[in-house]
Amino acid sequence: MTTTATPAQPKTEVPLLNVQVDGEWRQFPKGTRLIEACIKSGQYVPHYCYHPKLSSPGNCRMCLVQLGMPKLGADRKPELGEDGRPILNWSPRPAISCATEISEGMGVRTSGPLVEECRNGVMEFLLINHPLDCPICDQAGECRLQEFSVEYGKGESRFLEEKVKKPKRVDIGERIVLDDERCIMCSRCIRFMQEVAHDDVLGFVNRGSHTTLTVYPGKRLDNNYSLNTVDICPVGALTSKDFRFRMRVWFLKETKSIDVNCGTGSNILISSREGIVHRITPRENDFVNSCWMPDSHRLNFHYLHDEDRLKTPLVKSAPATWTDAISTAAAQLKSHEPARIAMIASARMTNEELFLARRLATALGIEQFDVLPRPQEGDGFLISNDGNPNTTGAKLLGLHCGGRLSAIAAGVASGAIRGLLVLGEDATQCGIAEGDLANLETLVVVDILPNKTTPHATVLLPASGFAEKRGSMINLAGRIQRLNRAISAPGLARDDWEILRDLIVAVGGPNGVYSIEEVFRAMAAETPALTGLSMAGIGDLGVELALDGAPRRAEI
Amino acid sequence: MAFVVQRPKLNLAEKLYLPAVLGGLLLTIRHFFKGAAGRNVTMQYPEVKWDDHLPEWYRGAPTLVADEWGRERCVSCQLCEFICPPRAITITPEEIPNSDPWAKVEKRPKEFEIDMIRCIYCGLCEEVCPEQAIYLRKDYSITGYTRAEMKHDKAKLYELGGVKAGVVNKWNEKK
Amino acid sequence: MDISSFLFQPSVFLIWTSLVKTLFILFGAILPLVSLAVFAERKVSAFIQDRVGPNRVGAPTSLVGFKKDYSLWGLGQMVADPIKLLLKENFIPKSVNKFYYYIAPKLTMIPPLLVLAVIPFGSSFLGVPMVIANVDIGILFVFAVSSLGVYGIVLAGWASNSKYPFLGGIRSSSQMISYELALGLSVVPIFLICGTLNLSQIVDWQVKNGWLIAPFAVGGGSLSLVQRVLLWIPMVISFVIFLVSMFAETNRTPFDLPEAEQELIGGYHTEYSSMGFALFFLGEYAAMIAGSGVIVTLFFGGWSLPFIPDGSSHWLFGLTNIPDWLPGVVWGFVNINVFFAKVSLFIFFFIWVRWTVPRFRYDQLMKLGWIYFFEIALANIFLAALVLVYIK
Repeated sequence: MTTTATPAQPKTEVPLLNVQVDGEWRQFPKGTRLIEACIKSGQYVPHYCYHPKLSSPGNCRMCLVQLGMPKLGADRKPELGEDGRPILNWSPRPAISCATEISEGMGVRTSGPLVEECRNGVMEFLLINHPLDCPICDQAGECRLQEFSVEYGKGESRFLEEKVKKPKRVDIGERIVLDDERCIMCSRCIRFMQEVAHDDVLGFVNRGSHTTLTVYPGKRLDNNYSLNTVDICPVGALTSKDFRFRMRVWFLKETKSIDVNCGTGSNILISSREGIVHRITPRENDFVNSCWMPDSHRLNFHYLHDEDRLKTPLVKSAPATWTDAISTAAAQLKSHEPARIAMIASARMTNEELFLARRLATALGIEQFDVLPRPQEGDGFLISNDGNPNTTGAKLLGLHCGGRLSAIAAGVASGAIRGLLVLGEDATQCGIAEGDLANLETLVVVDILPNKTTPHATVLLPASGFAEKRGSMINLAGRIQRLNRAISAPGLARDDWEILRDLIVAVGGPNGVYSIEEVFRAMAAETPALTGLSMAGIGDLGVELALDGAPRRAEI
Repeated sequence: MAFVVQRPKLNLAEKLYLPAVLGGLLLTIRHFFKGAAGRNVTMQYPEVKWDDHLPEWYRGAPTLVADEWGRERCVSCQLCEFICPPRAITITPEEIPNSDPWAKVEKRPKEFEIDMIRCIYCGLCEEVCPEQAIYLRKDYSITGYTRAEMKHDKAKLYELGGVKAGVVNKWNEKK
Repeated sequence: MDISSFLFQPSVFLIWTSLVKTLFILFGAILPLVSLAVFAERKVSAFIQDRVGPNRVGAPTSLVGFKKDYSLWGLGQMVADPIKLLLKENFIPKSVNKFYYYIAPKLTMIPPLLVLAVIPFGSSFLGVPMVIANVDIGILFVFAVSSLGVYGIVLAGWASNSKYPFLGGIRSSSQMISYELALGLSVVPIFLICGTLNLSQIVDWQVKNGWLIAPFAVGGGSLSLVQRVLLWIPMVISFVIFLVSMFAETNRTPFDLPEAEQELIGGYHTEYSSMGFALFFLGEYAAMIAGSGVIVTLFFGGWSLPFIPDGSSHWLFGLTNIPDWLPGVVWGFVNINVFFAKVSLFIFFFIWVRWTVPRFRYDQLMKLGWIYFFEIALANIFLAALVLVYIK
């Protein structure tokens, strides 16, 4: 772990330095890299090798700027001009802004003849050996080389010699394909593997034009964070096998959401087109996951498009309309005494769904309810020890976490429990035998995929996957974050919260929620930790909750 | 600014309209006899066709072409799908297996579908293609009995397109 | 009483001959003529515009085993058009007034057919006069009935419950009122000259004294050239007014404002489809035929051609050994054909004008009707009367 994953800089006494960026004097904390000062001043400096979360080797030379240092008088003090600012001596030689730290009185020009000329030259060098692969390259459309060659490139090649041939389609890892011809030797991937993933497997061999990125002999890029190298690769050298040749990026609609594979709640971008999710990439959130996420989590979305997805409400395995299915489920649940029904919810549900599940339990008088805990071994970085993404939320909303499962299982086995309501879980994993499920009089299941429980369901209600719904979850650190809808649910499947709302109404409970915002409002009104929050108020980066008091929001 | 139209001063004959009407009748009857004698310019399609006179740049049905070596030129970059104003093109890309002689091209269309009911023959797909793989050929009579028939799949597109020689072959060289 | 003597009882004879004549006029003349007129409209307009026109639909002989089809210059279109219209869905908009919506097309179709009842379409055939109803108020009947045609259009416009048909209906009614006056007044000089309203007698008069478009040209040659020219002047004025008013009365271009498609889509028949529309279509062409019939009868000598005898003649190129009835049959037949040939020529003229003269503006149309034609027609009556006084 590096400093990158820690939340905002602690507000200690870092001295502020005066820097002139394109003629304007500004103040930045000591230790800021010059390129960051430029970017913060609104002056974009093109770059390849620089990455805010990685060290600066300064090997792409794209971020060249013109530097000016204060003119020193005879007393070794800066001479001040009419405006009271130091007079700058402009260097005739450009400097790379990524590996230069700011100093007091420094001046920088991010444009001008010298800088333009340097960028054009660097661009031409970078393109000398670059193949004309754009039509087949997956990076096309989000390729820095393409973007900067539009701005600084020549549009034609002056290079008459033969291009250097390098290995293409190199299988360097389980999930990664390397195209060395496209590599511009920025070394971001190498530094990521060294500094963030701590799995030093990548390196350069050979010299000059023949420099080649490769894995060390006998090693492979199989780290569970390897796909982050694909994200940070500014060109199409590293491509994801999962996403390779699937869809051009310019078709993709990007939806901000969060990862639901563990309690970390990494921020993600869901890229989808016409109802199909094509890839998931991490979204920067320095409070949670910095810029990274594990491969195992980002690739775990294909089940959304599983052929077996539940698409139609089933009553005793026969397709039914939603109206019939809901009323049948409600009638079946109400036919038992409250003491003979149990509910198993899931900590994979959103807060809103859990809140409505709790309401449903109250409406039915159910007292035996629980969620299934999923302890697992984390990796100490972005995979937490909890496989449930919303354990905190489940606890906050008053659902027990595992304490009552054995009692429920025993009740089902003994016949004391005749009705079971299962929300998004496989009851067989909760200690209930499959045979016992078959003996239940009522088994209402809300889920998205068939499992061992669904065949026995008396009423089966198809719900939405994580990319198909909106809602909020609270990660293990107590940060409430939003899920957003990227695609619509398949077939007749509906939003979970709507299903629960309709069930509550059908069993005679209260209504009054018509949108997810209203569910959140109702939930916030009843939950002290959420007081004052709203769906919109959560924002893209989430809000850290003080789980015993009011939300702490000043940090944003 | 108001603009006053100056009406022409008409004499009595003009005011009566009748001379003008008679003049018009004479004109049209001349055309009538000319037409009745069969001297009109209408071309009797489909017995007579203009096909031989179609210009080189005629924009007929969009097709896919192969190069002289039989390689499908399309690499499935999907730019045509992107540019297509009526969204008539649907491409499903796939990776070329290593066993293929053109494996170095890496990518090709698994399925390439142009919905000719949607196509407006604008030619933007041809213009945008970086591989010179899609051409608007001279087939203009695209008909069918069903919607499915009007969807040109990859096989149909290559059948219509045939071979296009004499264009840039960037994949065939030293690479 | 045997059957033949029953059939030849005067009243019975009148009934069944009238029936036969009606059937002939309806199915032997009007419907084929309408069909032909529609075809001619398309073909003539095509030729005038240097096009080809319908030339495909003909005899599908390959269906019955022949090697190829014959297009017959597209004559099959005459059959194909009505079949198409018959087979179309008769779509009735939801909010129309059903009763009037249904009745309107019939109301436009019936008056032109009724007009034809009093028009003599031939001399005589085996002694039977070739007119269905030989009434003494002939021309008044024509005006009375033909002005009913406007009801169909007005009702269609109103019952369709739609703005364009409504505007078309309004235009039609005001247009008809404007031109009926001129139409009626313009033929008064004819009555002054002939002294009768009976259309058969007007034709007979023309057979004797020459066509009214050029009166006294043949026959009663007792008049001097000056007198003939003097009489000719009011007749030409009458003819021009009558002709132009007839265009307006039948809603033909240049006076087709009730269905001006650039402004009113289809005008009063916008909301009609299938046979409802077809009846309007038929009605328009039937009105054209009836109008042509009236013009031919009033000004062009009806069924007569100079030097061709009528059905009462016993002369057939000086042949002697022929049955007594044959000349009458031959000339009667020729007279009928002469009448319809003249009518056809006028239909051609109607079409010819349509593809020549652009549509009038509405204010021009009203001005022409009320300010010019009405006054001129009125003055023309006095002019004709003065001429007659001078001649006699």
